[in-house]
Amino acid sequence: MCLAVPARIVELEDDNAVVDAMGNRYSIRTTLTPEVVLGDIVLVHAGFAIATLDEEEAKETWALFAELEQFKNTQDKLSG
Amino acid sequence: MLTRICQAQALMESACDAVGRQINIMEVCGTHTVSIFRNGIRPTLPKSVKLLSGPGCPVCVTDQGYIDVTLDLALRDDTIIATYGDMIRVPGKAGSLETLNRKNVKIIMSTIDAVDLARQNPDKTVVLIAVGFETTTPATAVAVKQAAAENLTNFCVLSGHKLVIPAMNALLSDKNNKIDAFLCPGHVSVIIGSDAYEPIVRDFNRPCVVAGFEPMQIIEGIAEICRQIAKGTAENGSIYEVAVTAKGNATAQRIVAEYFEPYDGYWRGLGKIPGGTLRLVDEYSQFDAMKRFNIDEIPAEELGGCKCGEVLCGLIDPPDCPKFETKCTPDSPVGPCMVSSEGACSAWYKYGRRRKQNK
Repeated sequence: MCLAVPARIVELEDDNAVVDAMGNRYSIRTTLTPEVVLGDIVLVHAGFAIATLDEEEAKETWALFAELEQFKNTQDKLSG
Repeated sequence: MLTRICQAQALMESACDAVGRQINIMEVCGTHTVSIFRNGIRPTLPKSVKLLSGPGCPVCVTDQGYIDVTLDLALRDDTIIATYGDMIRVPGKAGSLETLNRKNVKIIMSTIDAVDLARQNPDKTVVLIAVGFETTTPATAVAVKQAAAENLTNFCVLSGHKLVIPAMNALLSDKNNKIDAFLCPGHVSVIIGSDAYEPIVRDFNRPCVVAGFEPMQIIEGIAEICRQIAKGTAENGSIYEVAVTAKGNATAQRIVAEYFEPYDGYWRGLGKIPGGTLRLVDEYSQFDAMKRFNIDEIPAEELGGCKCGEVLCGLIDPPDCPKFETKCTPDSPVGPCMVSSEGACSAWYKYGRRRKQNK
């Protein structure tokens, strides 16, 4: 439930933002991280940014998610 | 990466040799539990390191009485129930939000969706099923703030929000506890900061180490705990420094403090924990579903025969429950630890093919 995903802010107006996480775009609120600016990478939980992250950390997490996705696909193929 | 793993393993081995007994480390975070199982971390640890899955899954620690109240509210014709997806399959006395099969139960991705529902449905009362730890509570506070600003009188919150530190306190206050240290939750700590564990370290002399969710971080967190125990010290600290600061997210803390206050609420398996649950402060009581629907108190109830409570306290492992894998499976769950994908029972079941290797 406390899962949070890094995403880059690609649009920002007041506390409404659109973020990009590995090519998926969706709307979030930045109410809890008022310091963010366009282009920042944030940790998103349940539709809200809860922290800013550096690029390296975000890349590591994205790579891990991509690996999991690949693993899942392999498993699906094996079981299907 | 390999060098780091070898270093952490060497540190753990030498610490375990020095300690000469079993070291029990409790993780208090469902996401840690899942990562530990999915990445096969348990078999890689020294034999004397035992991991206990604590009350770190918000759905799992939500008491039965709360679930029954949500079901009662869902059965009314004048409500819309707005809930995160992981709550809908949790069984109560009258089934679950899913099996009720009611059109007024809506799954939301964000609390703002619940506020939108209230605006779009002025003839219904929208009840936000607000479950979650410190990570999730700020979003509920923002929703109340927005509803108040828009004067949306048909929006309310059934708060089941929980606080991690009082639960850790309660676990250690039980004389029968076997916990030597805590691997502290990463994203809860983003909000509360690593300094928040200082009272646990000071009052109970137990190491509290915050780790992220990548396998390397978890292994290094466990190694750091072993190092402290071997050295005979207890410190609070974070090895998830990229996201967790000592003081946490001050904006989030401020908004939660403005809208919520702690009270003594029930936790599944742990009973009533002093200051462990949050409710709306009097100033915003018009948004409190308990007051809106004249519910005096959420009753303490447990589903018979389910040992989720003992699992949550780290007293037994899921396979020690007689219902595990026989009467209780992810397709037909008896208790919340099997319902939630972050529950200990679900993680044990899902990665069951490797279970014999797990300790």
